[in-house]
Amino acid sequence: MYLVSCVGVALGYNGVPVLRGVDFSVGAGDYVCVTGENGSGKSTLILGILRLLRPIEGRIEYGIAPESVGYLPQRSAGGVNFPAGVFEVVLSGRLASRGLRPFYSRRDRALAADNMRRLGVYELRDRNFGELSGGQRQRVLLARALCSEGRLLILDEPVAGLDPMATIEFYDALSEIRSTGDIAVIMVSHDVRRAVSEASHVLHVQGGRAFFADREDYLASDTGKKFIGGLEND
Amino acid sequence: MTDVLGVVREMFSYTFLVRAFIVGALVSLCASLLGVSLVLKRYSMIGDGLSHVGFGALAVAMAIGAAPLAVSIPAVMLAAFGLLRISENSKIRGDSAIALISTASLAIGVMVISLTTGMNIDVCNYMFGSILSMKRSDVYISVALSACVLVMFVLFYNKIFAVTFDETFARATGVRAGMYNALIAVLSAVTIVLGMRMMGALLISSLIIFPALSSMRIFAKFRTVAISSAVISLSCFLVGVVVSYVYATPTGASVVSANILVFLACCAVKLLKERAMGAIS
Repeated sequence: MYLVSCVGVALGYNGVPVLRGVDFSVGAGDYVCVTGENGSGKSTLILGILRLLRPIEGRIEYGIAPESVGYLPQRSAGGVNFPAGVFEVVLSGRLASRGLRPFYSRRDRALAADNMRRLGVYELRDRNFGELSGGQRQRVLLARALCSEGRLLILDEPVAGLDPMATIEFYDALSEIRSTGDIAVIMVSHDVRRAVSEASHVLHVQGGRAFFADREDYLASDTGKKFIGGLEND
Repeated sequence: MTDVLGVVREMFSYTFLVRAFIVGALVSLCASLLGVSLVLKRYSMIGDGLSHVGFGALAVAMAIGAAPLAVSIPAVMLAAFGLLRISENSKIRGDSAIALISTASLAIGVMVISLTTGMNIDVCNYMFGSILSMKRSDVYISVALSACVLVMFVLFYNKIFAVTFDETFARATGVRAGMYNALIAVLSAVTIVLGMRMMGALLISSLIIFPALSSMRIFAKFRTVAISSAVISLSCFLVGVVVSYVYATPTGASVVSANILVFLACCAVKLLKERAMGAIS
């Protein structure tokens, strides 16, 4: 049983595909690492999976409802000057499940608080989102993503711009989350070696095409050797 | 202090002032709440553009002898949808589109007025507002509509926060962000039209921008910013109306002047706060 499955998908803008032949599916508990060079279409692929971009060809099938997808966007939302409290931000992760009901329930608040404790940001709940460090911000946004209670987390370059310490803390938090449930993760990352070392599958995007393989096959393939090896020579 | 109370008591003995006061207070409240979202979404100029469209619509309504609100509310709503669509479409620059539409509406309005009634005191009233322009029927409609805007804002508060803070996330998780953007646009359009005749087409957008910006100098959570905007906006309206009564100055300009002073005060408070923080660390 898959959570998301792409069949012969082409994605692009204004009818011009930037990515073709995307074939893969994500099952419960999978950890898919999306790699590839800048501008290769990784973020486009994420937009497609999130239903923000309609496929030009092929189809994307879902085993889950849209409101049960947890998402951590690439650029931190809001910006430094946006007036938002940390708790307000995390709680907004419950919004989609509210439908048209206007206010959050006690259960929503409890869930938001639980997720904040899990990620070690509960102490920050009364702070302002804008004044947090980059690492704290990403963990707050991860807590917001978890509020969907979904079985699929989509993370778009979650450690970009974080210092090494914050990066390690983020990965630790992510492993903790994966160890306590059968939650699947699709993660775009530039931190290829770290990401691939933990992933179960790799989706490599290159030259307008996507190659999907499990980790062992990827590491044994020419593409994988080149990509990982190239980095090792840095 | 007794002087001020005396003046206020005197003002309330005029029915037209009471009417203007009720409508103005409600509109200030609506504008300040919506303003928080509009300013953060970088839509401040849309408010300005819409008020000019409102001016054009009012002029046309007067020329054809139609009810002013019945013509201008739909026209401004239409313009709001249009501007929203344009600013979402990256091909056309949003700021130039707003400038285009607002000056065009202004020109059309002036043309229509000069061809029909001629340039007279009415034009001045439209531009800079007049507290005398509120008729009894207008008051009922205005009160009902601004009550609607307030109720909608409270009911959709959490959604408005979410689409303002992070629209991509909201969309990705299945929140219909487009619908809530449209809602914000419609509510703003209604608020602008209602406030325009009292505040003036040239000044109404200040009711949207000033209280939100002032609050953001001091507060840093969405809820506190929204509440403090409402408080600032109401107090500035109160002070502005009393000042305009005592010194016989135009209401709109007096309210905006009060807002300017509060904004400067908030900037000063922020500066002092930062300096104090700097001294500690």
